[in-house]
Amino acid sequence: MLFWRHPWAKALLLLAPPLLAFILVYLASLFALFVSSFWTINPLTTEIQHVWNVQNYTALWDSSVFRVVTLRTVGIAAAVTLTDTILAFPLGYFMARVAGGRSRAFVFVAVLLPLWSSYLVRVYIWRLILDDKGILNWTLGKVGLPAANIGYSNWAVWLIFTYVWLPFMVLPVYGALERIPESYVEASRDLGAGGFTTFRRVVLPLALPGVVAGSIFTFSLTLGDYVTPLLAGGASSQFIGNVVYSQIGSGDVPSAAAFAVVPLAVMGVYLLIARKLGAFEAL
Amino acid sequence: MEQRSTRIGLAVWSTLVVLFLWIPLALIILYAFNKSNVQSWPIPAFTTHWFRAAWTSEVRTSLWLSVRVGLIATGIALVLGSAAAFGVARFRFFGREAVSFLLVLPIALPGIVTGIALNAAFVAGNINLSLWTIVVGHATFCVVIVYNNVLARLRRSSPSLIEASQDLGADGWQTFRFVIWPVLSTALVAGGLLAFALSFDEVIVTTFTAGAQNTIPLLILGYIRLGQQLPVVNVIAFAMIVLTAIPVLLAQRLMRDTGVLRRSAGNVTEAVESAQITAV
Amino acid sequence: MTRIRRVHVLVAVLAAALCVPAAGVSSGNGLPTSVGPGEGQLNLIAWEGYTQPQWVKPFEKATGCQVNAKYAGSSDEMVTLMRQGGGSQYDGVSASGDASLRLIYGHDVQPVNPNLIPDWKNFIPALKSPPHNTVKGVHYGISLQWGPNTLLYNTKLVKPAPTSWSVIYSPKYKGKITVPDNPIQIADAALYLAKAQPSLKITDPYELTSTQFNAAVNLLKQQKPLIKKYWALASDEIDLFKNGDAVVGASWPYQTNTLQAAKVPVKDLIPTEGATGWADTWMMSAHAKHPNCMYKWMAWVSTPKVQAEQAIYFGETPANPLACPIMNKLSPGSAAQYHCGASASYFNSIKFWKTPIATCDNGQNDCMDYTKWQQAWTQLKG
Repeated sequence: MLFWRHPWAKALLLLAPPLLAFILVYLASLFALFVSSFWTINPLTTEIQHVWNVQNYTALWDSSVFRVVTLRTVGIAAAVTLTDTILAFPLGYFMARVAGGRSRAFVFVAVLLPLWSSYLVRVYIWRLILDDKGILNWTLGKVGLPAANIGYSNWAVWLIFTYVWLPFMVLPVYGALERIPESYVEASRDLGAGGFTTFRRVVLPLALPGVVAGSIFTFSLTLGDYVTPLLAGGASSQFIGNVVYSQIGSGDVPSAAAFAVVPLAVMGVYLLIARKLGAFEAL
Repeated sequence: MEQRSTRIGLAVWSTLVVLFLWIPLALIILYAFNKSNVQSWPIPAFTTHWFRAAWTSEVRTSLWLSVRVGLIATGIALVLGSAAAFGVARFRFFGREAVSFLLVLPIALPGIVTGIALNAAFVAGNINLSLWTIVVGHATFCVVIVYNNVLARLRRSSPSLIEASQDLGADGWQTFRFVIWPVLSTALVAGGLLAFALSFDEVIVTTFTAGAQNTIPLLILGYIRLGQQLPVVNVIAFAMIVLTAIPVLLAQRLMRDTGVLRRSAGNVTEAVESAQITAV
Repeated sequence: MTRIRRVHVLVAVLAAALCVPAAGVSSGNGLPTSVGPGEGQLNLIAWEGYTQPQWVKPFEKATGCQVNAKYAGSSDEMVTLMRQGGGSQYDGVSASGDASLRLIYGHDVQPVNPNLIPDWKNFIPALKSPPHNTVKGVHYGISLQWGPNTLLYNTKLVKPAPTSWSVIYSPKYKGKITVPDNPIQIADAALYLAKAQPSLKITDPYELTSTQFNAAVNLLKQQKPLIKKYWALASDEIDLFKNGDAVVGASWPYQTNTLQAAKVPVKDLIPTEGATGWADTWMMSAHAKHPNCMYKWMAWVSTPKVQAEQAIYFGETPANPLACPIMNKLSPGSAAQYHCGASASYFNSIKFWKTPIATCDNGQNDCMDYTKWQQAWTQLKG
């Protein structure tokens, strides 16, 4: 078989540039960081001392705070993914299969533009909305409802993340739904399936890769963020990123590196589950 | 066609979601006119003073830096991301799952980990922090976004499309233009837009790869910290919304136009796919 | 774990001093004896409010050094930023006492020649060569300003007016209290316990044995359900007070000034138990790319006029007492308000931030070092 027809060669050729880029800069530095998680630091100068140990990892298990923070981060990331999917799917469906040309264009622009208005400013305006004397409580007061005490809390963090990452879920879902040929739906109807059955057995499985692609964004972006919990969180809103940030801040890079392995493992599990669910095998 | 009630329900839902997205933005624009430099409700007084105050050389330099970083990082991402997606989607080879996982790393890890890892690498290599170090940092997650979007699209389309096209006598360029591009275009445009937006707005990795310069998000963070000129950040956000309406409209046009081509390519797809189904 | 011996530090210091890029004619010990022409740029790490256009613009005009400031909200952040890019990203940092020693021992800053700062000889004696920036007679920076961590409260909603730190530890204002998100807060708890639980025998809130340390952390654990938010940015606390989410908390005078300017009814005070505080130093990076501009900056911010302007803006006390009459000219009564030219006893009553290390002053080695403080703080926040 000719060399360049062999699947191996094509794969290599296509993958060589990106892999090279990643390996050289990114993976090597990550590996160096990972190695440092097995070292300690001098408490006064916080310089890394090359003393091999696994204390940073046993501390992850011994100290309850790491478990609590991980569960909180993963829990909110999952909740955000769920709410974003619920919000985005009907919207994507509307854009892809129901809306006329003008409405589709309008909604598309309406969904994308918020992405350009600065993440920080959007988080900051949500703080104002959810403040004790903020807009939400003011509105609730006007209609006679009691004030919602969700400013500076995990509820606020969940709400803000849902808001900020929503466009990242809408676009892949829209793309996936848009690709489903109308003839499939017609064929399903011709075969006697009602609207809901068609949706459940034809449209949904075909749209799943888009949902998964979107969920990878919402889940992982939430998992790794520390800015929203810092700005809008309450007294018990530390995320994995916040803990890593304060460990780095006090110079304890080995501990930070050890804890950073946790979100990696979580994403690994997430991707495994997605694959098991057959989300990557479309037909 | 869906039932009428379903379509109305979907329209209502979509309106509500769009409102959910836009009410905070309307508030951001409103507060660009806030006279007080402390953000509170209701607005005590209005002024247009901040619009003049915002257009400083500091803001202009940061804006230009953010735009350059975004464009370069997105360009790199489009090339590398689609290449990687092609490789993973179309070929089976040893370590494929591992590559797939590696390519999700930059987004899976907390941004701060990417930031300090890259920072340490730059220090070790004696590389000065500059535009290019920021680009490298951004490219890591931009590639992931494009890769994900293109991969999702590729998994849904048939690999035999390219072979069919070549069998029908098209050369590489024609195959690309009439078969591959319509299939991928929405994924690439969506991926590119998302990548640019994420890069333009990124603050965590940039803190560790930017040195003493400021991109727009770093500048905004500085203004927020200081709390003395808060409405200026609202002005900047407002300007961003207005300025990016045009490229976004263009992008939508692009995706819509290829929709026409898509329908014809779609017919080919349907034919091939239905052949596959009957074969199974 | 090896202890850093003074000899090692001195040798390292001399080695570092010899690496200082020539900023003029060098004397025998490696320090410059004159300041050369400016390099056109200056990259600084500063507390919010330390680089206001009011005194930065005249500096840029006079020296041609364009100032680029990055803000940091805690000493931890400052140390991290200083170490970035191999330490050459920034030329200087306005380090507080709990960061300065870490930077010195971590070889992140270089010695400076105080004689090149004309106003240095006018500084109050306590800040000419304080232990937090002068090691074995070698100066690693020029003192800047100092001030207390105050108790801030809303005069309309907190009645009667508080006089003790106990108000932030009691459930009366549950859910409306805020304190800084900074491990050094443990010292504030220890300071309160020094008076509230004398049996613990706490003399120095930064040198705590494990019993004393645990008592302070327990107090903070009891306080946690009362806290609305641990503020990380100064503007966080400003927002909390402005929008009704907090009515009392630990603060800096900067927040008080900003809130009062925004017509929020607040006041601050130093309670009966005393206060922790900060004494800031401008330090020059060991690998500074613009050392001449840095020297010019240090000289500029030591002049009486700039000292007065900054003191009034932030609400702190100048190291240069010649600033006091200027403060009164700019804002009548401000010199007394911010304790300019205050007596030594007031100065000594403030427990300035310093890095907790394992060696206690009593010669023992069982005090908690800063990594333990940071771990306890992370645990506390949960």
